[in-house]
Amino acid sequence: MSEAGNNAKLLNGATGKWEVVIGLEVHAQVASKAKLFSGAATAFGAAPNSQVSLIDAALPGMLPVINRFCVEQAVRTGLGLKAKINLHSVFDRKNYFYPDLPAGYQISQYKQPVVGEGEIFVDMPGGETITVGIERLHLEQDAGKSIHDQHPDYTYLDLNRAGVALMEIVSRPDLRSSEEAAAYLRKLRAILRYLGTCDGNMDEGSMRADVNVSVRRPGDPLGTRCEIKNVNSMRFVQQSVDYEARRQIDLIEAGGTIKQETRLFDSRTGETRPMRSKEEAHDYRYFPDPDLLPLTFEQAWVDELARSLPELPDEKKARFIQAGLSPYDASVLVAEKEATDYFEAMVAAGAETKAAANWLSNEYFGRLNKAGMGIGEGPISPQAAGAIVRMVIDKTISSRGAKDLTDIVWHEGGDPRAIVESRGLKQVSDESAIEAAVAAVMSANPDKCEEVKAKPKAAAWFVGQVMKSTGGKANPQTVNAILRRRLGLPEDG
Amino acid sequence: MAVDRDTVRRIARLARLAVDEDQVVAMEGELNALLTWVEQLQEVNVEGVPPMASVVEQRLKLREDVVTDGGYAQDLMLNAPQTEDNFFVVPKVVE
Amino acid sequence: MALSSDPTRFTIADARDALAGKQISATELAQAHITALTAATALNAFITETPDRALSAAETSDARIAAGEARPLEGIPLAIKDLFCTKGVRTTAASRILDNFFPTYESTVTQNLWDAGALMLGKTNLDEFAMGSSNETSYFGPVINPWRARGRNEDLVPGGSSGGSATALAAHLALGATGTDTGGSIRQPAAVTGIVGLKPTYGRCSRWGTVAFASSLDQAGPMTRTVRDAAIMLKVMAGHDPKDSTSVDTPVPDYEAALNTGVKGLRVGIPKEYRIDGVPEEMDALWQRGVGWLKAQGAEIVDVSLPHTKYALPAYYIVAPAEASSNLARYDGVRYGHRAPGVSDLIGLYERTRAEGFGREVRRRIMIGTYVLSAGYYDAYYLRAQKIRTLIARDFTQAFQQCDVLLTPATPSAAFGIGSKTSDPVSMYLNDVFTVTVNLAGLPGMSVPAGLSQDGLPLGLQIIGKAFDEETVLRAGRAIETAAGFNAQPQSWWRTA
Repeated sequence: MSEAGNNAKLLNGATGKWEVVIGLEVHAQVASKAKLFSGAATAFGAAPNSQVSLIDAALPGMLPVINRFCVEQAVRTGLGLKAKINLHSVFDRKNYFYPDLPAGYQISQYKQPVVGEGEIFVDMPGGETITVGIERLHLEQDAGKSIHDQHPDYTYLDLNRAGVALMEIVSRPDLRSSEEAAAYLRKLRAILRYLGTCDGNMDEGSMRADVNVSVRRPGDPLGTRCEIKNVNSMRFVQQSVDYEARRQIDLIEAGGTIKQETRLFDSRTGETRPMRSKEEAHDYRYFPDPDLLPLTFEQAWVDELARSLPELPDEKKARFIQAGLSPYDASVLVAEKEATDYFEAMVAAGAETKAAANWLSNEYFGRLNKAGMGIGEGPISPQAAGAIVRMVIDKTISSRGAKDLTDIVWHEGGDPRAIVESRGLKQVSDESAIEAAVAAVMSANPDKCEEVKAKPKAAAWFVGQVMKSTGGKANPQTVNAILRRRLGLPEDG
Repeated sequence: MAVDRDTVRRIARLARLAVDEDQVVAMEGELNALLTWVEQLQEVNVEGVPPMASVVEQRLKLREDVVTDGGYAQDLMLNAPQTEDNFFVVPKVVE
Repeated sequence: MALSSDPTRFTIADARDALAGKQISATELAQAHITALTAATALNAFITETPDRALSAAETSDARIAAGEARPLEGIPLAIKDLFCTKGVRTTAASRILDNFFPTYESTVTQNLWDAGALMLGKTNLDEFAMGSSNETSYFGPVINPWRARGRNEDLVPGGSSGGSATALAAHLALGATGTDTGGSIRQPAAVTGIVGLKPTYGRCSRWGTVAFASSLDQAGPMTRTVRDAAIMLKVMAGHDPKDSTSVDTPVPDYEAALNTGVKGLRVGIPKEYRIDGVPEEMDALWQRGVGWLKAQGAEIVDVSLPHTKYALPAYYIVAPAEASSNLARYDGVRYGHRAPGVSDLIGLYERTRAEGFGREVRRRIMIGTYVLSAGYYDAYYLRAQKIRTLIARDFTQAFQQCDVLLTPATPSAAFGIGSKTSDPVSMYLNDVFTVTVNLAGLPGMSVPAGLSQDGLPLGLQIIGKAFDEETVLRAGRAIETAAGFNAQPQSWWRTA
C-alpha cells in the first residue's frame, strides 16, 4: 500500500489526522432448506411461528441434531476464503437471556471453529487491491425475531428464524475506510453467492454485519472499539462507519474517551446510538454443548468438496483478463454474480467476449440503472443480448443498428434476429447501393468535397451523412472505403 | 476463592433469579461451603490431561437437509402464558 | 414360581406369563394396581395418576392378547417418573415452573414402552428437576419411603431423585417404573427401598423428550423388583434414536437371555477406594457377603484401584450444576410454564418467574453452576472438573483390564429420616458417593437389594460394568439376587382402604 494511498484514507480532525480501523463480523445465513439443528423450514416470510419445531422453541427434553448440508456449506465457504479447515471443531453454548433466544443459550462455536484463518482480495475503484485477513468462520444458530411496534406495552415473538444456520465470518481489523468496509462486504457477498452457500439477500436479513470501528493516530496502537450491530446494507455499512468514526474523533478531540460498547445504527438518521439491551456486562459462560459431540471429518472429504468448488470471482476475473477484457471491466463483471452469469450466458450464446462486455457497459448497464433494475430483472435475456452482439460481430447490423435493436428488444421483447429481418435493420453491405448513396451526398455538397480533400479528417462528416441517408443500415467501413476512393484520400489508418 | 454478597447478587442477576437480602446472606454461606468442599480438586495433578469432550465413543451424526418439522404454531401456543395471533408475548423490550 | 393371588405381587415376568396363560386379564392387572395406588396416597409417590388411560390401554392389550398379537410388555402397568414428557399428560419435573405443562409430544423412552404394549398408571414424584437424593425437593411434597425402621413410626426418605418410582415398586403400586440417573438417582433410591435399579451406559437410552438436568450425565433406566424384570424393561427402553446425537447406534442384545449364564469365571473387581470412613460397619459387612456370594458361584475376585474416586463427588457438583444452569435457562415464563404475575419489565419478569418457579435446591444449583462457568472461574472449576472426569474414566478403563465387573456398596447408609439432612447440602450430596463415579465415566451400574440393616431397612450392592456391557452387569446382579434371597417386604402401614 502506498504512503499516498494511506494518507488519502485518513480523516481530518480538529487536531490532526486520524486513521479509522474497521473489522467486520458478517452473519451469513446458510442457504439450507432446514435449520441447523432442527427439521423446521427456513423460508422467508412465513406466518408467525409456523416454521418452528419443538427444538427451536426449546421445549423441555428437546435435543439438537446437526444438518449435514450446513456443515458442508461452512467448509465450502472456508475453502472459498482460502482458509484453514479444522477437521475437529466443537459446538459451545453461549448463555444469555433474551426472549428471542428460547433455550437461554445460542449454540455456536467458540474456541474451536470449523474454519480458521483465510483471506479475501478486494478491488477498490481506484485500482488498488487490498488484502483482508479472515480470522475465522463458525457455524451458529440465529435467534428469533422480536417485534416491538405491534403494541405499546408488549413485544411479540416470532421464532421462525430461531435456529436457522448462520456462518459468522470474522475479518481482521484490516479495513481503513468506510469504502473499504463496503467493498469488502460486497466481495464477500459475491464469493458466498458464487459458492451458493448463502443467497446474500440483505433485504431479507440473509446477510448482516456487525461493524467494529475504532480510530487512532497513524502509527499508534489500536483504539477502543465500538461494535455496531446488525447493519444490513452496503450503504448502511458505509454510513455507519462514517458516522461512528467522526463521533469517536470528535469525542476524543473534545477530551473524552471511547467506551467499549455495542451500538445500533439508525438508518433514518444515519446515526449510531448505544444499545440499551446490551448495557449489562457480558458473561456468556461458554462451555461445550453436552447435547452434541465434537464435529469431526476427514481431509479426504474436504478435498472432495474442494474439487467440486465452482470458479470464484478472482479466478473468473483472471480468466476474463486473459480473454482480452481490461482489468476494470473484468472486476466490474465479476463483482455481482448475476452480472457474471449474464455475461457468461451471452458468451455461451455466441457473443464474442470483449464485444459482450462492451455491449453490457455501453448499452445495458446504463439502461438498467436508469430503470432501477438489477441485471436479473432486466427485460433482455442473455441469449437475446448474445444474438445482438453476435450480429454486430458478423456485420449483420451496424453498431448504430445495435443501439436501435437494443431499444426495440428492451421495450417490446422478441427475437432480435427476427426483428432485424422484419424491420429491415440489416446493415447494407451491398457496394452498389452504398456507391449510389455516397454519390448522392457528394453531388449535393460539392463545397464539402473540396474541404475534405484539403482536410481528410473531415471525411467523418460524409460518413455521417451517408449513414443518415441509409437509415443507419449502411456498413460504415464500406461507406468510408468508397468515400476515400472517390475523393482520392489515402487509406484509413 | 470466597464468594461475597456482591458476587452472589451478580451471579443471581446473570442467572435471572430474584433474591432478597435474606437469601443473599444464606446463599453466600451455602456457596462458600460448597466451594470450600470442591477446593480439594485443586490438589489433583491435571497437567496434560484433556477435558472429557464426549462420554460416548461416537462420531457426531449428521442429518439430511430436509424439512421434516414445524407447521404447528397453534400447538406451541397451548402452554404459553400470553399469546396473540400465534405470537408469544412478553413485556416490552427496549433495544 | 407359584403365582400369588394378588397381582400386585407379580414380577413383570410373572405377569407376562399370567397374561399369556389367560390367568389374568390386562384390565384386571391394571385395576389391581389402580386400587393399590389409590389407597397409597399417604406415600405421595405419584404427582399425576392416569387410571382411565391405564384401563383403556389395558382393553387394547386384552384385545391383542386375545388375537395372539401380544407385544413384549403387553398389558404391563408401569409408573413413569414425571421427568419423561408424556403427550397430553401433565409433566412437571416436580417443579412449580412446569406446574401446568402439558407436552404435545412423547419421550422416546416412554414411546418405546407404549409401542411394546406397556401401560401408564401415572407420573411419579421426584426431586425437583431430579436434583436431590431424598425426594424432599419436590414442589409436590416429599415421597415417603414404604419402609420404616423396625419398631419405629418415623417417616423415612425413599432416596432420590427417582423416589416416587422406587416407592411405587416397593409398595407394589406398579410392576415396573422408569427412572433417570444423573448421579445415582436410580440406584440410590432403589437401594434404600429394596428394589432393583439399573442405570444403563450413557447413550444406551435416548434422552429425547426427557426433561434435562445435566446432559452429559443423565440416563434413563428401569426400576423393577427383580433383575430379570430390569433386563426385560431395558430391552424395550434402549436403542438408537436419531433425535438424540448422543444416543449410540449399537444393537440392543437380548438382556434376559444373558441372565442364565452365571458368573463362573467372571472376574469381579473390588475397588479399595470404596472403603470410606464414616460408612457403617454393617454396609461393609454386606459388601463382604456379596464378595463371598459371587466367589461361591465361581467368580474370581480381584482387588483393583480407582485412585481418583474421592474427587468424583466434588467434580460432579461442578459439572452437573454447570450443565443444569444452562439447561434450565429455558424456563423463563415466555413460551410455557409458570410466569410471575403483574411484572411489566422483562428482566423483572424473568427474575421473579424463576425465583418463584424454582425451589431452593434448584436455585442453589443454578447459582453454583452459573458461578463456575462465569468469566475468570471456568478454568479453575469447570475445565478442571472435566479433566478430572477424564482421570476417573481412565481409572475405570485400567481397572477393567483386570476384571469384568466391579462390586461396591450402593449407598453409604440405609434410608434416613425426612428432614434430617436438609440443612446441610454437602452431607446430603454424600449419599451419591458410590454412584456418581459411574455417571462421570458414562458406565452402566445396577443396584440390587442384598439385605437389611440392623434397623430392618433395605441395603443394596452395586455392580458396575464396562460401557455397553449391561449383560454382564445383569448376570452378576442376578447372582447377587439369587444368593441374597432378598424377600423382605415393608409393612403396608400406608394403606387407607
